Amino acid sequence: MKIGVLLKQAPDTETKIKIKQDASGIDESDIKWVINTYDEYAVEEALRLKDAAGGGEVVIVTAGSKRAVDSMRQALAMGADRGIRIDTEGVVLDSYTTAVILSKAVQSENFEIIFAGKQAVDDDCVQVAQMVATALDWPAIWPAEHIELGADKKSVQVTRPVAGGVKEIMEMQLPGVLCCDKGDHEPRYASLPGIMKAKSKPIAELKAADLLSGETPKVKWSGFGLPPERKSGKVLKGEPEEVCAELVKLLREEAKVI
Amino acid sequence: MRGIGEIVERGSEGDLEKRHPGESRGPVDWIPASAGMTNIKMGNVLFIAEVEEGKLKGYSKELACKAVELASQAGGEAHGIVIGKNVAAAAEELGQFGVAKATAVEGEALAEFIGEAYTQALLEAVPALKPQVVLASASGSGKDILPRVAFKLKAGLATDCIDLKIENGKLKARRPIFAGKALVDVTFLSDIQMATARPNSFATKQADASKKASVNKVAANVAPSKVKVKEVKEAEKGMKDLTEADVIVAGGRALGSSENFKVVKELADVLGATVGASRAAVDAGYISHDHQVGQTGKTVNPKLYIACGISGAIQHLAGMRTAKVIVAINKDPEAPIFSKADYGVVGDLFTILPILTRNFKELLGK
Ligand SMILES: Cc1cc2nc3c(=O)[nH]c(=O)nc-3n(C[C@H](O)[C@H](O)[C@H](O)COP(=O)(O)OP(=O)(O)OC[C@H]3O[C@@H](n4cnc5c(N)ncnc54)[C@H](O)[C@@H]3O)c2cc1C
Ligand SMILES: Nc1ncnc2c1ncn2[C@@H]1O[C@H](COP(=O)(O)O)[C@@H](O)[C@H]1O
Repeated sequence: MKIGVLLKQAPDTETKIKIKQDASGIDESDIKWVINTYDEYAVEEALRLKDAAGGGEVVIVTAGSKRAVDSMRQALAMGADRGIRIDTEGVVLDSYTTAVILSKAVQSENFEIIFAGKQAVDDDCVQVAQMVATALDWPAIWPAEHIELGADKKSVQVTRPVAGGVKEIMEMQLPGVLCCDKGDHEPRYASLPGIMKAKSKPIAELKAADLLSGETPKVKWSGFGLPPERKSGKVLKGEPEEVCAELVKLLREEAKVI
Repeated sequence: MRGIGEIVERGSEGDLEKRHPGESRGPVDWIPASAGMTNIKMGNVLFIAEVEEGKLKGYSKELACKAVELASQAGGEAHGIVIGKNVAAAAEELGQFGVAKATAVEGEALAEFIGEAYTQALLEAVPALKPQVVLASASGSGKDILPRVAFKLKAGLATDCIDLKIENGKLKARRPIFAGKALVDVTFLSDIQMATARPNSFATKQADASKKASVNKVAANVAPSKVKVKEVKEAEKGMKDLTEADVIVAGGRALGSSENFKVVKELADVLGATVGASRAAVDAGYISHDHQVGQTGKTVNPKLYIACGISGAIQHLAGMRTAKVIVAINKDPEAPIFSKADYGVVGDLFTILPILTRNFKELLGK
């Protein structure tokens, strides 16, 4: 089975975000870059699906700068077969144009299924994967939690968490896009032989500018800022009974939330 | 935005303005041309309202009020759209929040939410209504379908907005990024501007029960979908989703077992709250992932968040930092959660929670 994975490189979730002095963006100097959390689940599910299908190929597709190659190699070390990087140097992209170049890049690959993350933990846009599906005129499931290949290998059965703890079991005809949430499979670690092998796996390079076909961003970002700091409030001390009585009173009379 | 921090420089806004959104710009035939959106009714705000068991969702009422406000700022009209099976009555109810007109798109194929089908329904309705602004709630369905609609209509989309206004005749949004560790303003370069709004971000006005919206009923025309719902599993009946909850009582690793979560659930029951959890509690199997709050769980925005035996890791804070009031109960006075809490109780949660539950029972007469 020929499987694509849309993988974005994003800051480690531990990162403390700093804003540039002129509010024009994020200060990227101290950031540790990793695979976007949800895309790591996508890689794991893709590798499992390849096994379930009895073989095939998992291809990592990333739009990003040179720096992103490290994260792609990490996915290759986990077991993916090859990569395609769309070099974004010098082009400014938003969700729309990112989806344009990604869909253009995957179009000629004839994937039978594409895995993506539920969202990127840097921009939190929740857009690109559904947009790629739309560009390809494929169905998509957002978010996808538990994935099984259908007996005919032309469909997948997917658990989709909906509001309030409800789960829908859905069936999707392939080709289609799955936007992975945290499921019950922890992403595997790269083994040492895996890391060695990854070094020689191919990563093809395309240029974003060549794939844009004149399409332009639809939004512009400015006025970056930090949220107001929460001040620490009152710490209540004393016997449990007294403290609880005081807390209840404060929540009702001072905070007025009960 | 990719390349965070960089500003769009190529192509001035003026250039884009002259083009119609549907106009093809080169050999990108594989990008579907938008569905004939030529003239837009400036100032008109279309919003998607959601219905559950015949009733308008709370966040849809909130969105209705915001849409009315934006439309009046922009000199246009707010128009509601409700999609589903038998949703006309709920569409009428939008009138109670000042919405004069609504569309009910109805059909058997829309009985349950399917991204493909709902997207098609919108792609039929939106071009006919020609709005300048399209809004949805940042709910599971809103976040699923608006990107698809935006892409087809070549419209910009801002996700999970906490502030929306009209500036220079266009929508302007403020939204969290990096799981709320930073905020950014989004301005639009497209003729149509779209956004999803985070629940509990805006005020809901008192309903005026005497008013009804005039409803245009439309029969949905949707092709058979490649996605089908085969089964619905309701793990915990009647659980209000964390993203909509007004009050959340959350437990962490300190709970130690799924049985012990009972002390959290009992307090939550008395307060009419939804139960939340840290990732450590979820990973240990004390409670399901549906309850996880934080960077890889739900982002919540309640009036009151009570964190019990949760240390306050950066990824947890990312999910709940916008709560109006945070209460922390932790036996370690140095726990980082105390630096973010409005009220802190240093103590053993197994002692504190039962007392609180009893006190609230008395207070609320339950
Ligand atoms: C990529 C990534 C994503 C993540 N996403 C999330 C996420 O979405 N949500 C999330 O929550 N975490 C997330 N985490 C994990 C996060 O870093 C923390 O590990 C986690 O939040 C810790 O959970 P905790 O506070 O319950 O446990 P701990 O940090 O172990 O804290 C337990 C607390 O309970 C207190 N305690 C112990 N016994 C008692 C008692 N009897 N009474 C009162 N207090 C007591 C202790 O003093 C301590 O402060 C993520 C991590 C990574 C790397
Ligand atoms: N630059 C990118 N390269 C590859 N995949 C991406 C990129 N941006 C977003 N994606 C995919 O789209 C998903 C949603 O991203 P977003 O819309 O930015 O929240 C991510 O989890 C990735 O799978």
